[in-house]
Amino acid sequence: MSAILKFVRYRSAFVGSVIVAIYCCLAIFPGLVAPYSPLDQHPIDRLRPPNATYWLGTDEFGRDQLSRIIYGARNSMGIALSSIAIALFFGTVLGMIAGYFGGAADSIIMRIMDMFFAFPSLLLALFIVTALGPGAGNTILAIALVYLPIFARVARAPVLTLKEREFVQAAVLIGARDSRILVRHILPNLLAPLIVTATLALSWAVLTEAGLSFLGLGTVPPNPSWGSMLSDSKTLMEFAPWTTIFPGLAILFCVLGFNFLGDGLRDVLDPRIRA
Amino acid sequence: MSQYLVRRLITFIPTLFGISIIIFFVMHLIPGDTITAMIGTSFKLTEAQTAALRAYFGLDKPLPVQYLRWLWAALQGNFGYSARDALPVLPLILDHFPLTLELSVFSMAIALLLGVPLGIYAAVKRDTTIDLAARTFALVGLAMPNFWLGMLIILVLSLYLGLAPNAGNYVGFFVNPLANLKEMIFPAITLGFASTADVMRMVRSSMLEELGQDYARTARAKGLSERAVFLRHCLKNALIPVVTIVGLETGYLFCGAIIVESVYALPGIGWLLLNGITERDYPVIQGTILFISFCFVLVNLVTDLVYAWVDPRIRYE
Repeated sequence: MSAILKFVRYRSAFVGSVIVAIYCCLAIFPGLVAPYSPLDQHPIDRLRPPNATYWLGTDEFGRDQLSRIIYGARNSMGIALSSIAIALFFGTVLGMIAGYFGGAADSIIMRIMDMFFAFPSLLLALFIVTALGPGAGNTILAIALVYLPIFARVARAPVLTLKEREFVQAAVLIGARDSRILVRHILPNLLAPLIVTATLALSWAVLTEAGLSFLGLGTVPPNPSWGSMLSDSKTLMEFAPWTTIFPGLAILFCVLGFNFLGDGLRDVLDPRIRA
Repeated sequence: MSQYLVRRLITFIPTLFGISIIIFFVMHLIPGDTITAMIGTSFKLTEAQTAALRAYFGLDKPLPVQYLRWLWAALQGNFGYSARDALPVLPLILDHFPLTLELSVFSMAIALLLGVPLGIYAAVKRDTTIDLAARTFALVGLAMPNFWLGMLIILVLSLYLGLAPNAGNYVGFFVNPLANLKEMIFPAITLGFASTADVMRMVRSSMLEELGQDYARTARAKGLSERAVFLRHCLKNALIPVVTIVGLETGYLFCGAIIVESVYALPGIGWLLLNGITERDYPVIQGTILFISFCFVLVNLVTDLVYAWVDPRIRYE
């Protein structure tokens, strides 16, 4: 309860969670909010500036921008959440195994993670998508692979000290299996840093997806994606600046939301940083 | 220091191996046959011709053997030949790299020239409107996709100021510095924006930390002016972490340059890579990615060494 009270007191966490909640609602129920289908073309209304019928204007095929942005939320949030969920799960498992068992397992796992760390993240994502081909599934896989080593590191470090603590030693003495010790005794202590990292990683994932789609490597048209909407607007922006402005704002607020939430959660969950 | 240097150099080599292994094996994830990828689908080869080509390129050998052959060639500077125009890849990369390097250096210069003073000022004027404005800038700067910023800049320039950035006629800095700067300034601002925000945030927090240290209190207690405490005592220590961030950011700038070059139609290494991707020119893709990653690792190595030189505590850890 006290954590919830603190959470409300921390303004940035609150603002962040409101923004993220709005985006999640849009992503889950786009049909309830969007005035049109994102793929419906209205040839008479091509490149209309924002007006009463099309609040955010239309693109070169007369598709409603607002609807495309709302459905784009489903796409971006879906890709970001699934890729970070995969990275979180496998990264945590690998990090815990490395930290708990030490020795060869630790060396092998962490050296492989270091290999991935040696690449700039966007370059690695771009490379993997190039090899696998564009599309939502491959984008998810690429982003997951890029961020997995971060979770392995975040999970491993505390395990090194936790496994020496009395409560873990006691569990070992009464004969608990390693898997039980890891899941029941060690994992709960890792949740705080993992949740904070996951929230911040979601904002990077949204940016990476947008970047890949902008380069034509992420979401495949005609599916709406903020990045590909911006890419389409490259040739239109001089006559139709609204095609450039609104999809970018959608990305900006989404990333800001996750950043606020991540920073706020860190303040709430991590007593060391709170001064 | 020399001991640290040796230790750090020893870890550098396995990292490069790791990179080359990942690149080689990811390239083999590409569906379809390498020969088809090389020749294209417009020519129909007979089975025997394909087999002969496979043998010629060593593609009939097991993967680890292929890897070692590729690595050995790459170490000698042979990155293969572009599938499109049969030019050797490395000279192609070296042709396009100066632009990307220049763009990254300019962006870093912007990030440092704006980010460091802003960060110091925000820390000194903590909790004032200026501080709030600087922090808001940092938040927005880190959340804004650089390609969108680039498009907004082009939009404002062309729509409202009638100053279209003249894409497509890049001149080298040493050929015509003025024309070069005119063309590079907006891409550099675009690319450097997020780094400026990052540097500013870093400097601000490290300055605040130093201002709260015991030695700063001692300096104040002996009657020094606040200004002297800032400039003489805290500033130098506060700037140490900037070294790390400069290294990291430079690596990311190389990578961000790929997108910014595509927004401004600049023929840098990012343009080369994206062209390679569109044309499915695998030797070019493989070569550019290897090259950019190598630069990234090299910059990180240099950063670590500079950091150890600036902050002696690191060397003895």
